[in-house]
Amino acid sequence: MPSFVIAEKCDGCKGGDKTACMYICPNDLMVLDPNAMKAYNQEPDQCWECYSCVKICPSQAIEVRGYSDFVPMGASVVPMMGTEDIMWTCKFRNGVVKRFKFPIRTTPEGEANSYDSLKGKDLYSGLLSTQEADGYVLVAPTELA
Amino acid sequence: MALPNKPVGELKATRDPKVEKRDVDVLIIGGGMAACGTAFEIKKWASDDTKILLCDKAALERSGAVAQGLSAINTYIGANKPEDYVRMVRNDLMGIVREDLIFDLGRHVDDSVHLFEEWGLPIWKKTDDGKNLDGKKGMKSGTLKSGATPVRTGKWQIMINGESYKRIVAEAGKKALGADNILERCFIVEILNDKNDPTRVAGAVGFSLRENIVYIIKAKVIMCACGGAVNVYQPRSVGEGKGRAWYPIWNAGSTYTMALRAGAELSMMENRFTPARFKDGYGPVGAWFLLFKAQTVNGLGENYSASDDAKAELAKYAPYGTAAVTPTCLRNHLMMKEYKEGRGPIIMKTSAALAKLAETMDKKELKHLESEAWEDFLDMSVGQAGLWCATNTEPEKKDSEIMPTEPYLLGSHSGCCGIWCSGPEEDWVPASYKWGYNRMTTAKGLFTAGDGVGCSGHKFSSGSHAEGRIVAKSMLQYLAKEGDKVTGFKETDAELVDFVYKPVRNYLDHCDYSTDQNVNPNYCKPAGMAMRLMKMTNEYGGGTGTYYMTSGKSLEILMDLFEMFREDLEKIGAGDLHELMRAWEINHRLYTVQAHTRHIQYREESRYPGFYYRGDFMGQNDKEWFCFVNSTYNKVTNEWTMKKEPYIKIIAD
Repeated sequence: MPSFVIAEKCDGCKGGDKTACMYICPNDLMVLDPNAMKAYNQEPDQCWECYSCVKICPSQAIEVRGYSDFVPMGASVVPMMGTEDIMWTCKFRNGVVKRFKFPIRTTPEGEANSYDSLKGKDLYSGLLSTQEADGYVLVAPTELA
Repeated sequence: MALPNKPVGELKATRDPKVEKRDVDVLIIGGGMAACGTAFEIKKWASDDTKILLCDKAALERSGAVAQGLSAINTYIGANKPEDYVRMVRNDLMGIVREDLIFDLGRHVDDSVHLFEEWGLPIWKKTDDGKNLDGKKGMKSGTLKSGATPVRTGKWQIMINGESYKRIVAEAGKKALGADNILERCFIVEILNDKNDPTRVAGAVGFSLRENIVYIIKAKVIMCACGGAVNVYQPRSVGEGKGRAWYPIWNAGSTYTMALRAGAELSMMENRFTPARFKDGYGPVGAWFLLFKAQTVNGLGENYSASDDAKAELAKYAPYGTAAVTPTCLRNHLMMKEYKEGRGPIIMKTSAALAKLAETMDKKELKHLESEAWEDFLDMSVGQAGLWCATNTEPEKKDSEIMPTEPYLLGSHSGCCGIWCSGPEEDWVPASYKWGYNRMTTAKGLFTAGDGVGCSGHKFSSGSHAEGRIVAKSMLQYLAKEGDKVTGFKETDAELVDFVYKPVRNYLDHCDYSTDQNVNPNYCKPAGMAMRLMKMTNEYGGGTGTYYMTSGKSLEILMDLFEMFREDLEKIGAGDLHELMRAWEINHRLYTVQAHTRHIQYREESRYPGFYYRGDFMGQNDKEWFCFVNSTYNKVTNEWTMKKEPYIKIIAD
C-alpha cells in the first residue's frame, strides 16, 4: 500500500533544504525532485505503509494507494493528526464510510520529562536512575530450581 | 529520452566522499526503543565530560519497529511475579532460554512503562465496575504507578492508544541526550576492532544518506541495537506488497551482522518467528484472540485446535505442548497440519466473536467495541485497515483469513535469536552466564539490547527500552574500568572509505559500458541481489515455499549459494546514496540469514515445529540438543565456528 504524492497539493515544503516526508520516512523512500519542487516515493515496493509521511505532510499532499498485487481498488484510509488526537476516515470500496478518533498523547508536545537534573548515585548497583530515586529494592529470584 | 544508464536516485553518489571523523567515549548505534532507553538513561550516570554519540539510519521520531505506533504494550509485569514471566517465556520458546536475562528484564520493565505514561502515552484503564476507558478518559483513574488498573488482554499485555508511542519515547530520549549528540540518517555499517587487542572494539564506520560523507568514529564502548532482520526470506507478496512485511522492512540484520563481524558470539540464531497474522495485510491478531475472544476454524468450519487430533499432536511436544498456554510455534504447527492435509484456509470468526460480545452490550458500548477493533489496526498496521476497506470487510459481518507469514529473525518479540550476552553480576547468576558487564557481548566493549540480546524473547517495546537503560549503566562501568585499554583501530581513513564506498566505485567504473544501468555484467544491483537472496533461502532454507521444511542436503546447497553470493557482493553497484544504503543492507542480511541457517544445519533436531522443520531430524532430541547453539565468524579467514553451550535452569517449574 505505497504512499503517493498528489502533484497539485505538494509544494516541496517551500524550498526548505529537506521536505517533511524526506525527514521522517524510516526507510528513506521520500525524495524531492528539485526541478519540479515536488516529492515522490522512490521505491514503492519497499513502503511499509507506516503513514509517517502522510501524517507529517503540512499540505496533506500524501495518501496511500493499496498494494497493486493484492488490494482491490477504490478504498482509502486518511488520517488527520491533531496535538492530542488523531482522526481517521476509512472509506470502503462499496462506499461505506467509518470515522474514528483516538487519543495520541496526554501531554503537550515537547514536554516529556527527561529528568535532566536527576543524577544516579551508585553506578554499580542494578537499579535504573528512576528506580534508585524511588527507593525501589532490587529483587533476586526466590523460586529457584 | 536519455539512455537509462544513469543512477535514478535524487542524491547521486560521488567517487570520493568527504570524511568526517568523530572521537567519542560512547557510541550508540540505532534509534529504536532500546537506543532511546540508553539515550534517556546514560547522562544520569555519566560524568559531564563523557562524549556520547547516537547514530540512527533514520529519524529518531519515527525509527525502529514502533515507528508506526502500537496498540498494546506486551510486557508489563504489574502484580505478576518476575518468576512467572520467566516461566511464560521459557515455555513459549521450547525450554531453552537465558533465565537470568529474562528475570532481570522482568524486574526493570515496569519502570519504563511508568515513564511512558508520565511522558504522555495514553494507557487504557479498567474501571471498578469492569469497563474499559481509553487512555485519555482513563487519566481520572490515576497512573499505573499510582495503582490504577490497566486493561489486560493477556496476562502480560496492556492496551494503549499508541499511535504516537515512538514519538513520545524518542522525544524524552532526544531531550535527555541532547540534539547535538545525535546524528540522524547516518548508517553505521561496520564495527572496528582494537589494533592491539582484536577481541575488543574501538570504533565504527558508516555514511550519510543525505550527503557524500563517510563517518569514521573512534569509540571506547559501543552499543549496537538496530533491530532484527526482515526480508531475509521471500515474502508471500512479491510485487509492491513485499513492503507490507510484518516486522519493519528496514530491519536488515545490521545488529547481528555487525556484532558477528566484530567477533561477538551469536546464540540461538536457529530461532525464528513466523507469526500467524491476518492474511496479506499482516494486521495484529492478539486483541482478536485475547480481548474479543475470537475463534479460528479450518476450511471445513471445524475448531481444529480443540480437536482430539490436535491434542494428540500437541502431546508429542510435552511438556510445552501440554502447558496451559500453547507455545506460538506449536499453534502454527497445528495450522500447518490443516493446510498440508487439505483443510485450509484458516478463518478467524470475527463476526461470531463480536456477536457474542454484543449480547451483553448496549448500542453505545457496541460502537465503542467497533472502534476498539479498528484502532487495533489503525495504531500499528494501517494497511490492514486499508485492506478491510478495500475488500468491504466489516468484521461484524465478514470473517477474515489468517495465515503464518514468511520467517523473521528477532530477539525482542516472540523469538529469541541474537547475541550471546553477559547476565547481571549477581550471586544467583551461573558463572558461565556472566563476564563482568550486564548485556556485554563476547566482544569486549560491545553491548546490545532489544532484538540484539539472544535467548530472551518476549521483551517487546517496553522491555527493549528498559534493556537499553540497563546497558547505559553497564557501558559506563566498562568505560570506567577498561576505557583506557582501548587503543584505536588499525584501518586507515583511505581503507575505510574504499570499504564503505566500494559499491559506488563499482558503479561509476562500469555504468557507461551498457545502455541500461540495471543490466550490466560488471556489477550487480541491490534490488536484484535482494530477490536472489530471498529466492535461495525460501527454496532451501525452510521458507514458505516448502511449508518451512528444510534438510541437511538443502542446507548444504544453500551454503554453496551463499558463498557465491558473498563473492558477488564484492561487485555490488550503487549509483546514489539510497542505493548505497540498500547495498549495505543486503550485505548485512546475508550474514544474518547465513547464521540462521547454519544454526539450523548444526542443530540436528526440529526444536520449533511450526516455525521450521528439519525433515531429516523431525521432533525434538532433548538428550543431544537441550542446549544453546552459539556461533562465531572470522572475517579475515571467512570461517564459521559452531558449538554447544550448556543450558542452566535457574527458576523452578
